[in-house]
Amino acid sequence: MTWKQVFTSSVGKKLTMGFTGIFLILFLVIHAGLNACIWANDGGEMFNAGAHFMGSNWVPRILEIGLFAGLLLHIIQGLMLEMSNRSKRATGYAVAYGNGGSKWYSRSMGLLGTIILLFLVLHLSDFWYPNRSSQGFLLGEEINLFTKMQQEFSELWVVIVYVLGCISLGYHLAHGFQSAFRTVGVHNKRYNLMLMTLGYAYSIVIPLAFAMMPVSMYLGWVH
Amino acid sequence: MEHQNINLSLKVWRQKNSNSKGAFETYKVNNISTEMSFLEMFDVMNEELITEGKDPVTFDHDCREGICGACSMYINGKPHGPWEANTTCQLHMRAFKDGETIVVEPWRANAFPVIKDLMVDRSAFDRIIQAGGYISVNTGNAVDGNSMPIEKDKADASFAAAMCIGCGACVAACKNSSAMLFLSAKVSHLALLPQGDPERSTRVINMVAQMDKEGFGACTNTGACEATCPKEISITNIARLNQEYLLASFTADK
Ligand code: SF4
Ligand code: FES
Repeated sequence: MTWKQVFTSSVGKKLTMGFTGIFLILFLVIHAGLNACIWANDGGEMFNAGAHFMGSNWVPRILEIGLFAGLLLHIIQGLMLEMSNRSKRATGYAVAYGNGGSKWYSRSMGLLGTIILLFLVLHLSDFWYPNRSSQGFLLGEEINLFTKMQQEFSELWVVIVYVLGCISLGYHLAHGFQSAFRTVGVHNKRYNLMLMTLGYAYSIVIPLAFAMMPVSMYLGWVH
Repeated sequence: MEHQNINLSLKVWRQKNSNSKGAFETYKVNNISTEMSFLEMFDVMNEELITEGKDPVTFDHDCREGICGACSMYINGKPHGPWEANTTCQLHMRAFKDGETIVVEPWRANAFPVIKDLMVDRSAFDRIIQAGGYISVNTGNAVDGNSMPIEKDKADASFAAAMCIGCGACVAACKNSSAMLFLSAKVSHLALLPQGDPERSTRVINMVAQMDKEGFGACTNTGACEATCPKEISITNIARLNQEYLLASFTADK
């Protein structure tokens, strides 16, 4: 079996989803951890120092390429799987099985993922692009990312969109966390319960932390 | 529960053959004993249709005791009907109320084309099993059963997987029309035993390839299959299959 056969089989495509999913799960921890520096309440000094490091040191810059590659793989493979899976039942049922056998969010990973993707486009153009371009892609002075956040999150609609993005992320993770580990083959009883507990905890804590950032900026808890 | 006779409306999928377009038709069935099985109720209805000179409803059945996996009806939005861990033939009419309308559909999946009415072609499952190619050829004297020790929990897990009757309800319930619960049961019950060990990596590779060829979808771990499976095959088998596949891909020769 060639590697091509492996990764074009249905199980192999899911392996891609699982491994990139776990990689993105790890990334979110780092992202949330760094961003939590806004709560140091030092006028953004610590946060800006972190942002400067991430943008100027070559280690995170190289990792960033890996991040985008993983993200793109997850998105493209995910959309392709969703379309292919949908095509496998030409005639649908008159009465749907519905929530009797599965959770709605486990059946809506494609939809939730698409919402997150749309949110991500907005999010990257809000912060990542202006920040990176000022850090040396293009010439100019490095922007104050903390001030930029304060500006963005002074608008209520932006805060609402970000919170909705985080809720979608939470549900995506509530299924995705456990599912990713199952997909890469974890089946031992001793890990099942652990992964389930950890998965639900993660899918609440991380999105909540992210959602609290725009909210606390909007409410002026951070300065 | 007390024995009763009930009257029902049945909305049944009728389709002449795999090429024609089907549609629902509604039939009234009266005086159905609550002690009848769902299939017996269909027998009564078909008798009436035959007396009226109409075409009886075609459906699959064989053992009628929950062990062959032939019966396949999607009843009121769930494969094999409302009861847990149950086959259509073991579903009894006491599960329904007098005057109720019951919607009966065939398994829906491109890989299971409708042959007629509620009967679908499940030979894709046979071809997946063939791709796994396991046979025992006994030569010489019978070996002492105790000469090959097998850990109790492995034997139990293997037996639980071997309970799969190949009914296809998992495919019917899955939003992706995935056959992974079925396949994982077949892969697991052999992979867990010494007899299945020598070919375990080629088996999983070939069976997955055949499953993809038959046009089933990819698994997204929703768990709908496990919830509907009459033999309560655990979704854990799917994770085991994934591991088998991953290991096989690393150790494959080419
Ligand atoms: S896994 Fe369960 S639902 Fe699927 S074919 Fe086997 S017995 Fe039927
Ligand atoms: S007819 Fe054999 S399992 Fe239902």
